[in-house]
Formats: sequence, C-alpha cells, structure tokens
Amino acid sequence: MGEVKLRILKDRIFTFIIYLLTFLSVIPLFAILFSLVKKGLGVINLNFFITLPKPPPDAGGILNALVGTFLLVLIASIVSIPIGIVAGLFLVETRNRFANMLRVLINVLQGLPSIVIGIIAYLWVVKPMGGFSALSGGIALGIMMLPMVVKSTEETIKLIPYTLREASYALGADYFTTIFKVVLPAGISGILNGILLGIARIAGETAPLLFTAFGNPYLNFNPAKPVDSLPLLIFNYAMSPYERWQNAAWGASFVLIAFVLLINIGVKLGGRRWRVKL
Amino acid sequence: MLRDRFFKFGLKLAGGLIALLIFSIFVSLVIASIPSIKEFGLSFVFGKEWNPVEEHFSALPFIIGTLLTSVLALAISLPFSLAIAFFSGEFSKKGLISSLIAYATDLLAGIPSVIYGFWGLFFLVPLIRKLELSFNIPPYGVGIFTASLVLSIMIIPYASSMARDVIALVPSDLKEAGFALGSTRLEVIKKVIFPYSVSGIFAGLLLAFGRAIGETMAVTMVIGNANRIPHSLFEPANTLASVIANEFTEATSDIHLSSLIYLGLILFIITFFINYIGNMIIERMSVNGRS
Repeated sequence: MGEVKLRILKDRIFTFIIYLLTFLSVIPLFAILFSLVKKGLGVINLNFFITLPKPPPDAGGILNALVGTFLLVLIASIVSIPIGIVAGLFLVETRNRFANMLRVLINVLQGLPSIVIGIIAYLWVVKPMGGFSALSGGIALGIMMLPMVVKSTEETIKLIPYTLREASYALGADYFTTIFKVVLPAGISGILNGILLGIARIAGETAPLLFTAFGNPYLNFNPAKPVDSLPLLIFNYAMSPYERWQNAAWGASFVLIAFVLLINIGVKLGGRRWRVKL
Repeated sequence: MLRDRFFKFGLKLAGGLIALLIFSIFVSLVIASIPSIKEFGLSFVFGKEWNPVEEHFSALPFIIGTLLTSVLALAISLPFSLAIAFFSGEFSKKGLISSLIAYATDLLAGIPSVIYGFWGLFFLVPLIRKLELSFNIPPYGVGIFTASLVLSIMIIPYASSMARDVIALVPSDLKEAGFALGSTRLEVIKKVIFPYSVSGIFAGLLLAFGRAIGETMAVTMVIGNANRIPHSLFEPANTLASVIANEFTEATSDIHLSSLIYLGLILFIITFFINYIGNMIIERMSVNGRS
C-alpha cells in the first residue's frame, strides 16, 4: 500500500508543479502590460497623436511615426499580398516535390532573423537608390510578411470543399473563373485574417528598419525618403538620456501594443463568426 | 482556355519567385561578404578580436555571445514552456483557464521585441543590478544573463505551442490503456505521452532556439554591447544580431560593412539549418500521422 501512496503522492506533486509553472509564466505578460498602462497611458492625449517630435528636453508627439508606420505597412502589403496569395494558391493546387520543398523554404524564410532581412533590403534597395527610404523599409517588412500571407492562403483554401469547385466547373466555368469567382471569395475572410495578423506582426518590427527606413523626426509622405515608425521611435527614445523622451516611448509603446492587441482580438472574434458562416 | 494556361503559369511563377527570393538572399549575402571573406577567410569564424579602429574583424566573441544567450534562454524557459504544454495539452484541454492561458501565450508572441527590450531595460536591468550588488559582482545590470531572461520570456509561446499541439494529438486509446493498467497520470505522461510526442516537442524547441538566436532588438537593448569574449554570464557582451544592429549604420569602411554582412551570413546559415531541421521533423510527423 505504501508504494501506491508514494506513486499517488508523486503524481500530486507533479500536477502541482505543472499548475504552478503555468501560472508563473503568465506573470511577465501582466507585468509588461501593467507597466505599459501605468507609464504609457498618462502621456497620451490628442496632442500626442497630432504633433511632431520636439528637440530635447521636450518630447512632442508621434505623428511622424504614425504616418511612417502607415506608409511602411502599405508598401509591405503591396509587395507581399498579391504574390503571397498566388503562391498560396500554387501550394494548394500543386502536389509535387517542388511544392513540398517550397513549403519548407517558406517556413525557413519565416524563421530568418529580421536583421538579416534588413541587410538584404539595404543591399537591394538602399545601396542602388543611394539613401535610406520608406520604400526599402517597406520591402524589408514585405519580405517578412510574405510567408504569413502564403500560409494563411494555403490553410484557408485547403479547407474549402472541393464540391464547390465541381459545381463551378459543372456550370461551364473555366479554372480562372472558378478560382477568382468561387474559391477565393469563399476563403477571403481567412486570407484577410492572415493578412491582418501579418500586419500586426510587421508593424512592431524594428530591426529590419534600422538601416532601411532609418527614422525621421519630420513628417514625410515620400516613399523615396526616410520615415520614422512607431517601433523605431520607441527604440530611439528608450535609449535616449532624456526623461520626457523615455516617457513618450512608453506612450508610443502603449499605442503600438493597443494596435497589435486590437487586431489580434478582432481576428479572433471575426474569425469565429466567419467560420460559422462557412 | 488560353487564360487558364496563363493563370497556371502565373501560379508556378509565383512559387518559383519565392524560391528564387530565398536563394537570392543567400547569394547576395555571400557576394557582399566577399571582401571580408577574402581578407580574413575562415579564420574570421575562430578569431577572437573585433576591432573596427584597426580594421581587424572576427566573429568568435559574437558566436559565443549568441550561443550563450540562446542556450541559457532555452534552459530558463524550458520548464515553463513544457508546463504550459502539458497543462493545455493534457491536464486542462478545454475550459476557461486553458483558453485564458492559450490567449496569454498568443499575446506574449504578439508583443513587439522592442517593447520587450524597453521593459527589460527599465525593470529587469535595475533588478539584476541589485542582485549583482548583493553577490559582489560588478553591477552592470545589462549583460548575457539579462538578455537570456528577456529572451526566455519571448520564446515561451514558440516552445510551448508546438509541444502543446503534439501532446494533444496523442491518441486517447493509448493513454486510456495506460490508465487501465493502473498508472497514475504522471506515469502515463512519462511512459506514453512523452515518448509519443518527443520528436514534436524537440522540433518546437529547435524552432524556439532559432528565434532566440536571431532575436535582435530586445537583446541589443539589454546585453550591454561589448565586443569581447565574455568571461561570466553577468558581463556585457554582443550577439551576432546585436552587433549588426549596433554598428551597421556607423560602419565607416567597406571592410567593416562587409564583415558585418559576413556576420549576417553566418547568422543566416545557422538559423537556416535550425529551421530546416525543425520543419523537416514536423513535416515527417504530419506525414506519419496521415498514413
């Protein structure tokens, strides 16, 4: 009997440890969110969003970074979404060795360090253009977003029943029409979710922008000129010795995390609704 | 029908372009590193000195810094990641708490790395400094240990989500057979679940390790940026990624820039193989699972 009790005791202790470690690992999340709210929320007001940075010791607002982030995300979307969707279709439609290899390669691309992508954008765009630019940063972010678009397209289209296509073929539609009028519209919500999550991810990227978009304290809409972005501004302000700049960095962090979380929550809620419809 | 043929060609073209993209990334890195490869050759990898002033460059300090931070980060996060995986893959598959945990790890993965670095700089660094003072070591605050701590939080979602999925996929008749023989849950986990899911858990850890190796911003902000081989875990150092982030825009000579890209090439090769192996394991598993 003693042995059985020992086994049960071991099991209980193990269960306790699992629960304990699980709950302990959630603590950093709350610690980070707490400090963002505590330090960031106080800085934020309307002026914070609609003014430009000021020289130290003042801090000013983050309008330049908001515009820059928008511009970078726009360029990245143009670069990655069309080719990503088509490549995702290719992976669904093709069953051969090349498709399998491509699938692995896309996962590898997703795992590449973002700083390496930054070097590539520097070599491919910054050097030939002769200077830092929003375009080069957008292309770097686009390369990072590409695997997410491809994978969400593939995953979504795979789930669409083949009978839907057969119905379309039976009506005399050709392959092109079937894909664009039947298959893609049926899967658009899933693809859109993937794109939104991709945007949430790249909007927070800093490393590939350090030597591409570079940062810019002035308002700029020109893709051929450097722009600032929220994460770049956070990095530069956080490493600065000025207290007001650091406070502005907390405010900008709060804005960035709110943006990322809103997209995540929106996708979760929206995804559930769409899935029921499908 | 001509349109269909064009369209099918377009599909192939897009697939081919992405393969070409990855190939060109590698080729571009190699070409841009050639000046440094010519100058230093393979001794670049094993040399101990990185001195931009005397234009002598080698990678060993950063390779050591990278391996130390990522191995330590993986070791710190391992018990927590596995606990989360067993918690949501076996103990509490459904219900409010398990979906809260799943949601929390999702959020951890969604936090931008610059915010991890910022938070580490303002909360962990002072904490570590106090700790170092009480142990009578130089109170840098920043350094390898601090970087590993931040990294270990960042990779929890990557290490745990893969492991959770494979643990949840263990067939319940296998587990029930174990319980029917009178095993406790711990024994079922040790003898049934773990052996069944070990390759998937390993693949997940490998991918998390790859993340830690390539992580740039959070590490750059808390590692202290010292270009020498560290002698203790509490010393400032640099990783491959963090030295590139620090010096790339300030590189004055062509050989300096080329050496930084050479570091990027090394980083590319390391993470390429880690990701490739991890993904091949996952691919093989899903093939086995289907048949």
